[in-house]
Amino acid sequence: MRELVVLSGKGGTGKTSLAASFAVLAGDAVVADCDVDAADLHLVLAPRPRERHDFVSGRQALIRPADCTGCGLCAELCRFAAIAMAARPDGTPVFRVDPIGCEGCGVCVRSCLAQAIDFPECLCGEWLVSDTRCGSMVHARLKAAAENSGKLVALVRREARRLAEEEKRERIIVDGPPGIGCPVIASLSGASLVLAVTEPTVSGEHDLERVLSLARHFQVPVAACVNKWDLNPEMTERIEAKAAAAGARLAGRVRYDAGVTAAQLRERAVVETDAPCVDDIRAIWNNLQL
Amino acid sequence: MTLAIASGKGGTGKTTLAVNLARAYARPLQLLDCDVEEPNAHLFLPGTEAASEVATIPVPEVDESRCDGCGECSRFCAYHAIVSTGTKALVFAEMCHGCGGCPRVCPRQAIREVPRRIGMVERRQAGDIALVTGRLDVGSVLAPPLIREVKRRLDPSLPAVIDAPPGTSCPVVTAVRGADFVLLVTEPTPFGLHDLQLAVDTLRELAQPFAVVLNRAGAGDDRVHRYCREAGIAIMMEIADDRRIAEAYSRGRLVFDAVPEYRALFSGLADTLLGGQGG
Ligand code: SF4
Ligand code: SF4
Repeated sequence: MRELVVLSGKGGTGKTSLAASFAVLAGDAVVADCDVDAADLHLVLAPRPRERHDFVSGRQALIRPADCTGCGLCAELCRFAAIAMAARPDGTPVFRVDPIGCEGCGVCVRSCLAQAIDFPECLCGEWLVSDTRCGSMVHARLKAAAENSGKLVALVRREARRLAEEEKRERIIVDGPPGIGCPVIASLSGASLVLAVTEPTVSGEHDLERVLSLARHFQVPVAACVNKWDLNPEMTERIEAKAAAAGARLAGRVRYDAGVTAAQLRERAVVETDAPCVDDIRAIWNNLQL
Repeated sequence: MTLAIASGKGGTGKTTLAVNLARAYARPLQLLDCDVEEPNAHLFLPGTEAASEVATIPVPEVDESRCDGCGECSRFCAYHAIVSTGTKALVFAEMCHGCGGCPRVCPRQAIREVPRRIGMVERRQAGDIALVTGRLDVGSVLAPPLIREVKRRLDPSLPAVIDAPPGTSCPVVTAVRGADFVLLVTEPTPFGLHDLQLAVDTLRELAQPFAVVLNRAGAGDDRVHRYCREAGIAIMMEIADDRRIAEAYSRGRLVFDAVPEYRALFSGLADTLLGGQGG
């Protein structure tokens, strides 16, 4: 089984448009949307959910006001400044946990002398298994301002693998999260191939270097492609030379094409339209030899 | 006045807006690049590097001569960052959030805390702009503590613009919290609208005031306009889908300098949001 993870450093470089096109070209892959923070793949692949599951992860401290003696030890110990003092109607102090700031470490729970702090599990979102016109898809939705996107990414990938085994699929196509932090690390460790998508901009160059060094750090083979390459041909060449020097395979270039946005507006993958850049995307897909 | 600039996903023009607003303000201000996984603002603001500091979090170190493998730390740690199963405790420092819990629960006082590097905080002066950049180390997962380090350098006597990371989860929440106003940058496309809706949910959850800036206006359709009208959200500025802007960006140039006809647009918004004369 081969797993391709499409990454981009920063988002908005055409990562999802490419991943959707690859899913269509593969025809029988399992598709996983690991951009759980801002998942967009479903806007193109129109998944019909067949399973829905809660994503429960981590815990959150909750002070029972009736039992809080107002000593303030918890607020002093919390390293994440998530506990603040408030006043009761009679003016005496009571402490309160800010659910958004709490990282669920449990230090306050363990230390409270009055044992006034509960530590329930949190519902952080949901994950789904769906049918699409190009095979099964695993995707997820993180609740607004929720934590643990790295864990959700790991879960989506695990389910995609399980599904691929069950349905005897040879390939998994993963739309990865942006950045180089915890969700990205969760999305690429152990993958067969990373495709880093970038644009010929100073920031694209900078971001690509960071993604490539991350892939190297985790020893995952990596290919690179430049989207909208004709926006700045000299920069494209410079980026390609750097990528090659960093050990990336050059998978190709995609031209600047208004057809990409047009396809999105029609909820189609680019390769399902007659946009000029379809040839470019097909060439990249063939070069990847997944 | 602290203005945060965010977006549901990256690549929508968040950094473009942040750097051009900072430039257009034309008076002393701070720009905090909190997109610590991919900091880009400095690429548009050549200036002199003033200082850089290493950012760390405290992580445990186990004194093996004292540890008897009781496993109390390992049962406590919510992040599985310290593990002991009848053996001496082993620390997985890259997973540690630095909560300080394990040294407290260890019955044999075998754990002390040592600093571990997660990234850098760099300062640079570019004309009137005092830029503070957080740069997460490759392989480090802890963006929020580094973002807190960057925000700790906020000088309340100056207006500030925060370039927040993309998304809707912990890093962006850490970056935008406490800002007086948030601008959400998006594009008039299905992805743009969907990501905007997620960002709006997050800001409503945080109860922070915000408005929208539409980038690449004209490239898609009117779905973002319709949504904003129905949801009662102001669109404070529209930046046209102009290839000259994309090319300026591609070369690391400010739209403000490269395409002068957009100057008034950025200056107007900077004055409105960051305070006019004397700001
Ligand atoms: S669980 Fe940890 S982060 Fe949450 S409030 Fe308690 S001490 Fe703070
Ligand atoms: S300091 Fe907290 S997060 Fe780090 S290892 Fe100890 S208990 Fe775990």
